Amino acid sequence: MTEDQNELLESEAHPLDGFLREGRIPHIFCPGCSLGSITNVLIEAINESGIDPKKVAVVSGIGCTGRIAGYLNYDSFHTTHGRPIPFAIGLSVTDPERKVIVISGDGDLFAIGGNHFIQAARRNADITVVCVNNFNYGMTGGQAGPTTYVGQFQTTSPYGSLEEPFNLPNLAATCGAVYVARYTALDVRRVKEAFSEAIAKSGFSFVEVLGSCPTTYGRRNQLAEGKKILEFFAEKTVLNHDADTRDIRIDKDSPIIVGKFVDIEDKPTLTDNLLALQRVSQAKKGR
Amino acid sequence: MSKQKQKFLEVSTGEHFTTGNHAAAEGALAVGCKFFGGYPITPSSEIAEHMALRLPQLGGNFVQFEDEIASIIGILGASWGGVKSMTATSGPGYSLMVENIGFGMMTETPCIIINVQRGGPSTGLPTLVGQQDIMQTKWGSHGDFEPIVLCPSSVQECFELAIEAFNYAEKYRLPVTLLMDETLGHMSERLIIPDASKIGKVERKKPKDSPEEHLPYKADDDLIPPMAVAGEGYRVMVTGLTHDERGYPNLNVETQDKLVRRINDKIRLNKKDIIRVEEYLLDDAEIAIIAFGSVARAAKGSVNRAREKGIKVGLLRLITIWPFPDERIEALAEKVKKIYVPEINYGQITREVERCVHGKTEVKGIFKLGGSIHNPQEILKEIEGDA
Ligand SMILES: Cc1ncc(C[n+]2csc(CCOP(=O)(O)OP(=O)(O)O)c2C)c(N)n1
Ligand code: SF4
Ligand SMILES: [Mg+2]
Repeated sequence: MTEDQNELLESEAHPLDGFLREGRIPHIFCPGCSLGSITNVLIEAINESGIDPKKVAVVSGIGCTGRIAGYLNYDSFHTTHGRPIPFAIGLSVTDPERKVIVISGDGDLFAIGGNHFIQAARRNADITVVCVNNFNYGMTGGQAGPTTYVGQFQTTSPYGSLEEPFNLPNLAATCGAVYVARYTALDVRRVKEAFSEAIAKSGFSFVEVLGSCPTTYGRRNQLAEGKKILEFFAEKTVLNHDADTRDIRIDKDSPIIVGKFVDIEDKPTLTDNLLALQRVSQAKKGR
Repeated sequence: MSKQKQKFLEVSTGEHFTTGNHAAAEGALAVGCKFFGGYPITPSSEIAEHMALRLPQLGGNFVQFEDEIASIIGILGASWGGVKSMTATSGPGYSLMVENIGFGMMTETPCIIINVQRGGPSTGLPTLVGQQDIMQTKWGSHGDFEPIVLCPSSVQECFELAIEAFNYAEKYRLPVTLLMDETLGHMSERLIIPDASKIGKVERKKPKDSPEEHLPYKADDDLIPPMAVAGEGYRVMVTGLTHDERGYPNLNVETQDKLVRRINDKIRLNKKDIIRVEEYLLDDAEIAIIAFGSVARAAKGSVNRAREKGIKVGLLRLITIWPFPDERIEALAEKVKKIYVPEINYGQITREVERCVHGKTEVKGIFKLGGSIHNPQEILKEIEGDA
């Protein structure tokens, strides 16, 4: 986040007062990190959704992104590394009216927690998952991860990363997500719109936000300031809602395709199915 | 029974002939469990299967997760969602769960885990009995915490201790392990389920103050904080990081000391309430057997046979394994010449017993390494051989 936004957060009266936890600001995010502005738009999107704040729960795993839940003044859960999704399922099915939002990092959701992501999408769990993809493990000092692109320099890929990264929207779409969008942190307006749509959706909705991490990603990849990463995004981003998700992998040189790729209506959710099962099993003859 | 509106009941009152696995599941339902998250594993799968059948009828939910890590964290989520929740597994699954059992300890989240033990290490003996997870239930997760672990010896007790496991979980706010074994899980015997009015249910303490004043991790004098859950307007904040009374991360020595001391002491100071043992013919005993789980059944047989032969043997059966009944065993050591510890492992409880007797009496372990249970004659022979 930018320095003056940072000041705004610390000042006495903030438009989001009451939605950030008292006494938790200043936050831990580095200058130039996009996590601050992503937090802001997430709060705005939740706030404007009209959902009773009591019925909102935010769940994170471990990582820089994972710290977001703890700043929000909703029921918030900072779980273990990789595990926010199954925790969110437990929260979600115990109250069909609860809106459960998972926000976590690329390593958390797609390396250690990858299986939970694909299984939750398959089940159509009634949760919104936001991944802030900063192409690396920020919190632990910049190691390579499952979204690190080929040739990217990180502490554990000192010669440039060798491995093909995940194409997250394609993964989500293939596994059954009912809503899939990707935007860059530069485009907060669209990020917010995607958050709002994802939150309004019932079923497994997924938003990938390409974040800026100047500290542990930018520094090693000639993008040392947050601004530079955002400029890089500005130059490379192409909006295409109709893109085939198979064609939107990220690499060093190609354009970054963003947009809303999937938006499916009326697919029964895990919660719908569980409630229907209760009705059916109770209608059967008692033993 | 008269025709009631509700066809399905939480408490299946009546006389049954059933297995330990089904009995434990019925115990959980009787005390109000409404969420089961699990992953199939022998010899525990019948618990999941029974819950899959019964929970929807009772307005509860069963989710078969993708693995045991998802299962344990899923039931912790359900507990914060406000319902009693559980999982069931065996050694390999319990191994996968331990990180998040620690998360449950740190965040003080009530739930129960049933471990139906089989022979280990590793995949070991999937279909055969073991008692080798004693130390794992104590030390499995990193950091300091005081677990509560209960160990039934009969089908009836699988039912009763499933209820007690939930009651302790709710009262002391922690994940409690019900440590069964394959023999118990799969054997059938008589189970009497009492009337619903006779089932003692404990519910987690709720806050009495307003959300504005509430401090979610401020404990009462009993060291246990009242628990607001999601959706009640308290805007709970839960983290596995070291946290202060507000639930906020606070990474300093003082906060750590205060928190970790409290989550241990809330159990240590209540050992009297938690520790249960059964004493059988110990009053005049010169020799004691300490046993637990299905092995305790054989040990009782050994005591009876020894008594017939005029040898004064008694049994101390451990029902609570953790916290360990140190004082009770120390007192026993003053009275008897020798203590035998038959167990299906290579000395896990024997070592604890040795620790407690302080050299005041001789301790001898009788070990089986998994796959079979001692028979009464075998234990008796050991005793006679030494006499
Ligand atoms: C079981 C476990 N393994 C490893 C870690 C160390 N760890 C903490 S955060 C993290 C990676 C975070 O990366 P990401 O999820 O991308 O979040 P970011 O910090 O980049 O936002 C790792 C490996 C941990 N906390 N727990
Ligand atoms: S390390 Fe990167 S992701 Fe973490 S706070 Fe700093 S800039 Fe943000
Ligand atoms: Mg990351």
